[in-house]
Amino acid sequence: MLVFIIKRLLVAIPVLLILVVGTFILMYTAPGSPFATERGIPPAVLANLEAQYGLDQPFVVQIWRYITGIVTEFDFGPSFIYRDQNVNDLIGQGFPVTLTYGFWSFVVAVIIGGALGILAAVKHNTWLDYLAVGISIGAQVLPNFVLAPILVLVFTLWLGWLPGGGWQGGQWQYIILPVIALSTSFMASIARISRASMLEVLTSNFIRTARAKGLPMHRVIFRHALKPALLPVISYLGPAFVGMITGSVVIDIYFSTGGIGQFFVASALNRDYGVMMGITVLLGTLTILFNLLVDILYAWIDPKIRY
Amino acid sequence: MTQFYILTASTVLTMALSTAAWSQETHPVTGDKLAEDQTFSYRLLDQFPSIDPQLVEEVEGGHVSRQLYEGLLTQNADGTLRPGVAEEWSSEDNKTWIFKLRPDAKWSNGDPVTAHDFVFAWRRAADPATASEYAWYVELAKIEKAASVIAGELEPEELGVRAIDDQTLEVTLGQPLPYFPQMTVHYTFMPTHQPTVEAHGANWTNPRNIVSNGAYTLEEMAVNEFFRLKKNPEYWGADDVIITEVTGYVINDVNQALNRFQAGEFDMMDELPAGSYPRLEAEAPDVAHSVPRLCSYYYTVNQSESGHEALKDPRVRTALSYAINRSVITDQVLQAGQAPAYSFTHWATAGFELPDIEYANWSQEERMARAMELMVEAGYGPDNPLELDLIYNTSENHRQIATVISQMWRPLGVTTVLSNYEWQSYLDIRGNQNFDIARSAWCGDYNEASTFLDLLTSNNDNNDGKYNNPEVDRLMEESLTQADPQPTYTQVEKILAEDMAILPIYHYTQNFVLDPSIRNWPMENVENNWYVRDIYRAAAE
Repeated sequence: MLVFIIKRLLVAIPVLLILVVGTFILMYTAPGSPFATERGIPPAVLANLEAQYGLDQPFVVQIWRYITGIVTEFDFGPSFIYRDQNVNDLIGQGFPVTLTYGFWSFVVAVIIGGALGILAAVKHNTWLDYLAVGISIGAQVLPNFVLAPILVLVFTLWLGWLPGGGWQGGQWQYIILPVIALSTSFMASIARISRASMLEVLTSNFIRTARAKGLPMHRVIFRHALKPALLPVISYLGPAFVGMITGSVVIDIYFSTGGIGQFFVASALNRDYGVMMGITVLLGTLTILFNLLVDILYAWIDPKIRY
Repeated sequence: MTQFYILTASTVLTMALSTAAWSQETHPVTGDKLAEDQTFSYRLLDQFPSIDPQLVEEVEGGHVSRQLYEGLLTQNADGTLRPGVAEEWSSEDNKTWIFKLRPDAKWSNGDPVTAHDFVFAWRRAADPATASEYAWYVELAKIEKAASVIAGELEPEELGVRAIDDQTLEVTLGQPLPYFPQMTVHYTFMPTHQPTVEAHGANWTNPRNIVSNGAYTLEEMAVNEFFRLKKNPEYWGADDVIITEVTGYVINDVNQALNRFQAGEFDMMDELPAGSYPRLEAEAPDVAHSVPRLCSYYYTVNQSESGHEALKDPRVRTALSYAINRSVITDQVLQAGQAPAYSFTHWATAGFELPDIEYANWSQEERMARAMELMVEAGYGPDNPLELDLIYNTSENHRQIATVISQMWRPLGVTTVLSNYEWQSYLDIRGNQNFDIARSAWCGDYNEASTFLDLLTSNNDNNDGKYNNPEVDRLMEESLTQADPQPTYTQVEKILAEDMAILPIYHYTQNFVLDPSIRNWPMENVENNWYVRDIYRAAAE
């Protein structure tokens, strides 16, 4: 197992390198520059700007400096647009926000989604099943960019219960709407997957045996059926968790949370090379780490899998 | 017990007194009863890249700068000049300007604001080492040797600005400029506190470090979320400042922002959702406002080597312009009080008189008939169609206008290929003349017609269409030394209309919603410069 983990971590290094180089190339081939403004910049000023940010260096030197800066000092460099800020500060401000609403969305999606799915499977073909399936299909087809404005319309404008956006250090009333908007579709997917796999498990031979022995239903479900039924759910949860904590540009834009999703998109549009690279590296690393984590979890749950 | 009782009683009494003091206070000029809550909040479309006055280069950062810093001169509600840090200013020849600074102006840390602070800031703006994207503004103000300093040929110390003593600033211009005082209102010319800039480098604007000299100081900031300003007790005019706290919320999505405004989360937002203004105005006329704004919307026509051959013919350009039915665009597409434009300079520019442009008085049928004739004269028409590439940057309004105009050109035998680019790519393409026609807009940097007209002189960097008429260059040069340059500006506009240097489309309005309890809003400031120090919140009646 340990060898497997070390091997996977070693493979991650070239993967990240390819990601950095690839993004760097894409960034440089895109037209425009972080310093292009409608009014035009005097050439001497532009030359100084480019020198300040190292853009006057050959491509290879720039990328080498960038990578060594990260490896040796964990320095992601300056922001090309927010000239009073550097990338470490921006990510330091934005990522905790994203992590907070992402984490709570995950918790909500897993608990509600899982409960709905299991309930639907256990009460198969009853009104409870139909209701759960109805809710999850409804939640699935409602994209968050539609849901977010509806939530603000209802809870902020009409009812006046919750603020329509902002973060204010993560006070609870600012977290609720983003969490609902972000978790809904994940919750629906979890409900669907857990229902399907629970149904499959419940019809399998060993469950029939357990029931034939006269075990009460709750023991059959929680002691015997739950663990195998969770396997497909877990393989979905890894990428889902990364998707949630790495932020959603929709949530950030609609709820003005100041999370990194918005930074990511804005940096691409503004050609803020520093921020764009920084967030790409961060998201790449997280994706690799969580995929590894899922594989480890899998081995723990499923005795058939051995690394 | 007795002690506790006395303490409580006195606390209650003090609280009652101070509350009473607030709620009974009235505004010294208008006599409105002031609300207890004297905070003001507004929505920002985007996070400002910087609030270092020498690095600010866009609207949102400009608004914040006007609250944080005070330049030599500022503006009254109607946009006229008003003393700022400078109490008096004068010039014998419009070339050497003397500004006398008030002795009681202070930085937020208590240091006096001196002429040296302005010298430091202005040199800093021009110094290529600062890499200010607004360095060109120093050159535009004609400060002596600015061009050479910006180009890195001379040291910043050579710039034509010096402190005669702590209270006297002398500015030497390379050529006379009668409207120089107007230009000092701009954020690029606001002072910066040298010890703070030198101690903290790029981080000096961080709330922990910043030292400013305006009516407010920066209290808190979360990038892409919000910032908060507090009243600056060291500000020389602090006694007259009523609003105690200013909060700006960054809300990218315009519909979401409007919902939150209507839920009462903040007091003001501009940049309303496309097409929403008529409805808002009908629902709440005391909340929705439309005021002139010093920007012109036009199409740049590429007349350079790389442009379409047909567009070098003034008859084709004129035909294209005549065929645009401007009132359809202002009354049916935009619907927010914009004025159809037949000339470049915004109609509300101070001192500027709209020239009598002939085709402005024709009916659209007359214009269309003449446009057809002109196309035929130029050798184009339904049997020799013209295909033009029209580019615009991503925006629902730009797309609609481009679509409508391409339909208006169809009868001329012109087919238009519309191309949409996001902003950075768009600037690149337009700046390199890789287009036939490009959507453009220009906003005045100061309230005087030359801020528009200079754009169409042949050596202007922003003359993206490469229009070139030596007569225009000569007249604009002459206007600089004239006691009253306005007739010259009018003459230039006439030449531009004859050449159809650009295709003017409309003159902007600023459309915004403002909580009716906020009073003294500068509705007549066409540059849309607002200073929170002048506004207040009236108590509910």
